[in-house]
Amino acid sequence: MSDKNIKVRGIVTLVIIAVALFFLIPSVTQKLPSVWKNNTDKIHLGLDLQGGMHLVMEVETEKAVESTMERISNDLKETLMEKRVRFKHLNREGGAVLTLELPDRESKEQFEKILKNDFPNLDIKSSEIADGIEKVYLKIKDKQIASIEKFALEQSLETIRNRVDEFGVSEPEIIPQGKDRILIQLPGIKDPQRAINLIGKTALLEFKLLDEEYSLDEALKGNVPSGDIIAYGYKVESETGRRTKTPYLLEKKTLLTGESLEDARVSISDRFGESYVSLKFDSQGARDFERITAANVKKRLAIVLDGVVHSAPVIQERISGGNAQITGNFTMDEAHDLAIVLRAGALPAPVRILEQRTVGPSLGQDSIDKGILSIIVGSILVILFMVMYYNLSGIVADVALFLNIILILGALAAFKATLTLPGIAGIVLTIGMAVDANVLIFERIREELRLGKSPRAAIAGGYSKALLTIVDANVTTLIAALVLFQFGTGPVKGFAVTLSIGIICSMFTAIFVTRIIYDYFIWDRNIKRVSI
Amino acid sequence: MEIIKPGINIDIVGKMKIAFVVSLSAIIISILSLLLHGGPNLGIDFAGGTLVQIKFSQETSTDGIRDVLKTIGLGNSVIQRFGYNDNNEFLITTEKSSSELKGLSNKIEEAMNSSYNKGDFEIRRVEVVGPKVGRDLREKGMLAMLYAIIGILIYVTWRFELRYAVGAVIALIHDVVITVGIFSLLGKEFTLPIIAALLTIIGYSLNDTIVVYDRIRENIKGIRKQSLKDIVNSSINQVLSRTVLTSATTLLVVLALFIFGGAVIHDFAFALLVGVLVGTYSSIFIASPTVLAWESISPSKEKRKK
Repeated sequence: MSDKNIKVRGIVTLVIIAVALFFLIPSVTQKLPSVWKNNTDKIHLGLDLQGGMHLVMEVETEKAVESTMERISNDLKETLMEKRVRFKHLNREGGAVLTLELPDRESKEQFEKILKNDFPNLDIKSSEIADGIEKVYLKIKDKQIASIEKFALEQSLETIRNRVDEFGVSEPEIIPQGKDRILIQLPGIKDPQRAINLIGKTALLEFKLLDEEYSLDEALKGNVPSGDIIAYGYKVESETGRRTKTPYLLEKKTLLTGESLEDARVSISDRFGESYVSLKFDSQGARDFERITAANVKKRLAIVLDGVVHSAPVIQERISGGNAQITGNFTMDEAHDLAIVLRAGALPAPVRILEQRTVGPSLGQDSIDKGILSIIVGSILVILFMVMYYNLSGIVADVALFLNIILILGALAAFKATLTLPGIAGIVLTIGMAVDANVLIFERIREELRLGKSPRAAIAGGYSKALLTIVDANVTTLIAALVLFQFGTGPVKGFAVTLSIGIICSMFTAIFVTRIIYDYFIWDRNIKRVSI
Repeated sequence: MEIIKPGINIDIVGKMKIAFVVSLSAIIISILSLLLHGGPNLGIDFAGGTLVQIKFSQETSTDGIRDVLKTIGLGNSVIQRFGYNDNNEFLITTEKSSSELKGLSNKIEEAMNSSYNKGDFEIRRVEVVGPKVGRDLREKGMLAMLYAIIGILIYVTWRFELRYAVGAVIALIHDVVITVGIFSLLGKEFTLPIIAALLTIIGYSLNDTIVVYDRIRENIKGIRKQSLKDIVNSSINQVLSRTVLTSATTLLVVLALFIFGGAVIHDFAFALLVGVLVGTYSSIFIASPTVLAWESISPSKEKRKK
């Protein structure tokens, strides 16, 4: 590094600073020409600074496999009966295993043929023979299971995206994690509980007929006829606030699901001013609905949402036109949200919350304020100290420090990295550690001066000897920061980012930029003494 | 201005024994404290659970809050003041074993709603960590520390020699154990940001140590007659000025963070504070003397070459 390229180096530095400012200024003011605005963004703030909710959900993909098995079991039953294969006790055991009993060799052969031709996804897991009757255990092929689970995750992602879209949050982030987790970030959300309800609702809408022939009491005692299930409906009496639980005996078979819906809207009933959700089926759904209502006039049709009976009105007559309603003590918000999930579609499997972090906006603003205060106080302390200790050279270090902060913030904006509260701490830390590089150089220069070298030689010696040490020392901190980046989440990741950027920027300013300043004074201005 | 006069010559290596004793006692106290408390005080990040930060507009007592929580069966929660006393801000932490995590923060809010007027309190922050995620983060935290130490071992061995790397790692582990010990003694919680602080301390302490190593290496190349002991001593003395100074500036900023940064990163700043102090001490009194001790057991290749 010699006198000749001061101009070149100076220009390079100014260009870099200009680029940093280019990315940085949009965070400070919005009154900019649109060309500027379109290519840059304000610094991206983490949830802990702008307030919002961070959610990690797990899709219970096993349940998706189970419900696929349920479908297959129904299909298998129908096929076996059609083809007149003798069998007994076709049941689902333990989630995703089907068992059935075949009374003789002939049935077994017929069964295997049907498996091969019509149900290639099923495998015989094992079988036992007792008294001439063979009990077969079936499961879905592993490859198929993997693809069901993958599909369940993708579909869940899509559905949740649709729901969150409707909720109207700006800049939501919905990202898959691993093979069954979804990360959701909703900045600035005002009602986190409502969002959780909206996102987490499976929203499986089913229409089932009531079994009014069999005695409900008998069923409640434990004798549920095959082909039926018991489901409950809940009502809250508005005057007393009491919750009542009503049992219903329903036919297992689902006649129609929410998949056949084309639209769902909130309406207010004229009669009571109550909110309800009006449903519109698609053309196939409308035809199915007409068929079902025509065949079951005077019977009761239960509208079941996530296994809970919402209502079970009597079918007065055949309904064509494909419109139906879901009523029942909804508040405006509840009806609105129900319409959203019905429109967006049901989740293929239930989701479970693994982690939730919500920061209110007031705390977020607080954190920003305190963070900025720390940066300012820390900087002032260091600046004063450097000047006190190293005199004018201290000012050189301070200029480097100031540039450092601009470069770090500019880099954050340019890389669209997220600034979190620990990230601000990282900036503060960098301020303290950045001076280290300068200290190393200055102490060396002092040593060289004590040995009697001229200012030029002392400065050159100081920089070259300190260079290796600076690199070594900073690389190790960089390793720690990179490890943190890999393993950290959210705010901690933000810390790793600012620390890494800070280290690189401080190396640049300490080695390259301050040298230019010295060289300018030594070579161009030809000063005789170094104030250090 | 000069805090450390040039030509200073403290016999640091001579004080090695005292330093080892001091460090050993500190480490033993730390381990004892950890054993007594049954391990580090894990926050919900690692143990799972629910945390709710509430600010009241009027003076409230922890007992009053506990009474409210008792009505929903959460009388066993940990309730702490957060920040300054006149902030009236509290942290409520419940364990993971309590009823389903999903509705817990909601239940707490409802209970508060029934006992206090709506405008009198504000829920500032809610964190719910399920046991799965807690376990995940524990593993990740441990792995992170492990990888960092391995990475450093490799790098320092490459740049210097194995014995130097070992000295550095011993100093690092010393720093981490004592910092963790102090946290344990003061009953402070371990959260994810604290692990970040520990990793930073590792990086920072190493910084210091390398500067000393660098000087030692430089002096070994130059001087022929001196024993390694004397070289180490003079090297440390030569860089003492820089070491003290860097620590001073870093301490200044960390103090700024500690005092002005607010309650949320208070513990984080505290960890950094302790770490910087202990780290500086270990770079001077532990890392290099360890190299010496190793040397007396098996002399270095470089010396044997001469």
